[in-house]
Order: sequence, then structure tokens, then C-alpha cells
Amino acid sequence: MYQTNYHRAASIQEAVQMMGAATEGKYLSGGMTLIPTMRLRLAAPSDLVDLRRIAELKGIAVDGRSVRIGAATTHEEVATSSALRAICPSICGLAGHIGDPAVRHMGTIGGSIANNDPAADYPAAMLALDAVIVTDRREIKAAAFFTGLFETALEEGEIITAVRFDAPAKAAYQKFPNPASRYAMAGVFVARRDNGDVRVGVTGAGSSGVFRHPGLEAALSANWSPDAVANVTVDASDLLTDLHASAAYRANLVRVMTKRAVAAA
Amino acid sequence: MAKITMTVNGRQVSGVCEDRTLLVHFIRENLGLTGTHVGCDTSQCGACVVHMDGQSVKSCSILAAQAAGSSVITIEGLAQNGELHPVQAAFKAHHGLQCGFCTPGMVMTAVDMIQRHGSALDEATVRAELEGNICRCTGYHNIVKAILAAAHEMGGARQAAE
Ligand SMILES: Cc1cc2nc3c(=O)[nH]c(=O)nc-3n(C[C@H](O)[C@H](O)[C@H](O)COP(=O)(O)OP(=O)(O)OC[C@H]3O[C@@H](n4cnc5c(N)ncnc54)[C@H](O)[C@@H]3O)c2cc1C
Ligand code: FES
Ligand code: FES
Repeated sequence: MYQTNYHRAASIQEAVQMMGAATEGKYLSGGMTLIPTMRLRLAAPSDLVDLRRIAELKGIAVDGRSVRIGAATTHEEVATSSALRAICPSICGLAGHIGDPAVRHMGTIGGSIANNDPAADYPAAMLALDAVIVTDRREIKAAAFFTGLFETALEEGEIITAVRFDAPAKAAYQKFPNPASRYAMAGVFVARRDNGDVRVGVTGAGSSGVFRHPGLEAALSANWSPDAVANVTVDASDLLTDLHASAAYRANLVRVMTKRAVAAA
Repeated sequence: MAKITMTVNGRQVSGVCEDRTLLVHFIRENLGLTGTHVGCDTSQCGACVVHMDGQSVKSCSILAAQAAGSSVITIEGLAQNGELHPVQAAFKAHHGLQCGFCTPGMVMTAVDMIQRHGSALDEATVRAELEGNICRCTGYHNIVKAILAAAHEMGGARQAAE
């Protein structure tokens, strides 16, 4: 790992100041992506500004059906929140299957979303839940937030403070994990609103990152059942091909995961 | 270089290290506690698992600086008064180790698992939660047996004390 300077912020305001003073700083949340990346010398931030102890960034608030999850809330906290489980168990299930227990004790929702790994789980949920990403300076709709592979709408020094969404009537997430890394080879989050509106977020499969699938959404809005997916075509030309799976294989996985998610919702 | 203070196995310790120093290196090199191992460079093997503020974490993927002010328990902190922790004793009784390289991480992961699930811990959960711990020798069966036996015994012991 290259040399770096560590700073611990006590408030959002202090974090922004520390970042402003750094030449090439990076925020550090759970570090479950950033530290391994630095260790492999694939990142060399001059400064790290640790957000993990900022109280304002932590915690889950549920008010009726509206949910707010602080950016520094760990995967474990989301997985085990009884308030969240009561109205949106799908997000708890998703968080409980990220990595392994030790990773879940450190990794955070804010870090996962800011990183926007094309195989990360949370981004699919954010799209399907029509979530709002709250930062220290504005609110960004999930649809406008995820802009490409590891790319987001975040500006220099901008901090995600929370995510907000309304719990849907029904939702579920299903992923087909890579047998070695456990990251999604295809992961599908389906969410259905009381008015019958359906959103489908797909991760792990798209060649430009997480996306919604209009064909699957239309079919499921018309008929909310696993069978409705049978005749939908998932175009393989926009999907990833790599060592682990071809685009055609992933296209089929997307359909299968969607079916399973609808059955589980 | 910075001076870092934390509590390790109940004792307050300080050491001078670089900001980039990993917690596992601080534990092994500054403190001389070499029970915590490094088995990979991809955060996947779990040989480095310790507890920080009561939760299992991978000390190869945390900076010592991040852990400053925290309370850390390593494998050396489990045995009390020369007596093995029930999880350590169960690994011994059920042959849950061969070369032993993965064992400190396995034991720390197991203790965390039992803390969260208690005696309700079942085999499927143990296997799912061993996701982040790799063993090259045992084939896992005896590790799973040992963890279930320890969970049972610790649950039983807790009930007896109540
Ligand atoms: C072994 C292993 C297995 C894993 N498996 C999975 C998996 O199955 N699915 C999955 O989705 N993920 C997986 N992960 C990744 C894990 O979920 C990470 O926790 C997550 O990707 C990053 O969150 P973090 O809090 O650790 O962020 P960090 O590593 O601290 O930061 C990641 C990036 O986000 C930036 N950042 C962090 N917080 C903020 C903020 N509040 N505002 C702005 N920028 C911010 C940082 O500057 C950095 O660029 C795995 C990781 C490991 C080590
Ligand atoms: S050394 Fe930490 S996970 Fe392998
Ligand atoms: S006993 Fe040898 S690696 Fe597990």
C-alpha cells in the first residue's frame, strides 16, 4: 500500500473541510472496498477522511412507510433492523447476503452506493425502490445517480449522507452469486407499488452497470406472476461477457432471477 | 507516523505506526501477538479475523488508525486463567483443525456467530456464515461440528447459570 494520511472526522462539516484541504483525498467508510483496493495498489489517495464515527450518518429511521438509512449504516445493521424488516424485508435480506459476516460488520450502504460496483447489490435495490440519494448538498434520484461502471453523479468532495425511499407493497431480491467471490453474476430486485406499478433493477449483468428493465417491468405490471416473465426477451447485446459467464448466459439468469424474485416477494 | 492507542484483550496498548499500517500488522508486529494470521490479499480467507467493539472483522482490511480507541479481542484473548474457551476446546475435541493456519480466524468467527445466534445456531447458518473463512485442510465438516457443539454447550451453560 502507498503512503497515505488518515483523518477522522467528527461531523459532516469537518469531513468536508478535511477533504478540501487534501490534495487527492478519498472518504473512507467501512473500507471494505477501498482498503483492499489500496492494498493492491490500485488506488493511492493522499488522504483518507474516515466517516465511520460521524453520528449524523448513522441509523435507520422508519416513519409509517417512509424509510431513511444513514450512509454509514452497516450491512449488518440493515440486515437485522426489525423496524425495516416489518415494512421492507427485501432490503434486509439483500444486506444479509452481502459478502460474509465480517464484511457486513464494516461495509456500509453509503460506501456501496458511492462505489457503484457493477456487481454490487444495493444499486439494484435503489433503482427498483425509486430511492433518493441524499448528499451534503442536494438530493439525487437513483435513476440519475448511477451513471456507469464505478461512476456516479457525485461531485468532488460530495458526501452521501443517507438514502430515502417508500416501502413498496411487495418486493424481493434474488442473486446468482459467483461461486468464488459471491458478488452477483446477475441480481434482480423487483418492487411493486399499491397502484400496480412495478420496477425491476438488475445488477451484475449490464455492461454499463446497474439498469432497469422496461420489458420485464411492463410484463409484471400487466400480470404480477412468475409466469409473466416467460415470454419477455432480455437482450444480451447490452450485457457483460467475462471469464465467469457469457452475455447470453447472463440474459437467461436475469429472467430466472426475476421469476424467483417475484415468487419470493 | 502516529501514536495509536486501543484496548487489546482488555489491556490498553499504544504503538507508533504509519497511517497506512493495517490492523493485522499492528497486532502482529507492534504488539507481538502472532496468533492472528494473514492468508490472502483479497479479503476472502478470514485467517485475520479479530473482534472489534464486539463484532468480527477482517483485520487485514482495516487500518490500525481506524481501530484507534476501539476494543479489540484476538485469539490470544479467549482463554481465561489457562483454560481454553469453549469454542477452542470444541475445535480440539472434534478435530476441527489440521495444519491450524485458518484456526484462529475460524475460532474468532465462530465465537461471533454464537454470540449472535446463541444455541439456536443450526448447521445451515454455520455453513452460510463461514463464507468468509477458507480452510485448505479439513473440508469443513469437523469445523461445523465443533461450532455446533460449542454453541450447544455455551447455550446449555448459560441456561444452567440462569
Ligand atoms: C470479501 C468481500 C466480499 C464482498 N461481497 C460483496 C457482495 O456480495 N455484494 C456487494 O454488494 N458488495 C460486496 N462487497 C463490498 C462491500 O459491500 C463494501 O462494503 C461496499 O462495496 C463498500 O462500502 P464501504 O462502506 O466498505 O466503503 P469504502 O470501501 O469505505 O468506500 C468505497 C468508496 O465509496 C466512497 N465513499 C464511502 N462512503 C461515502 C460517502 N458517504 N459519500 C461519498 N463517498 C463515499 C469512498 O471514497 C470509496 O471510493 C464485498 C467486499 C469484500 C471485501
Ligand atoms: S488475510 Fe484477511 S481475509 Fe485473508
Ligand atoms: S486447518 Fe489447515 S487451513 Fe484450515
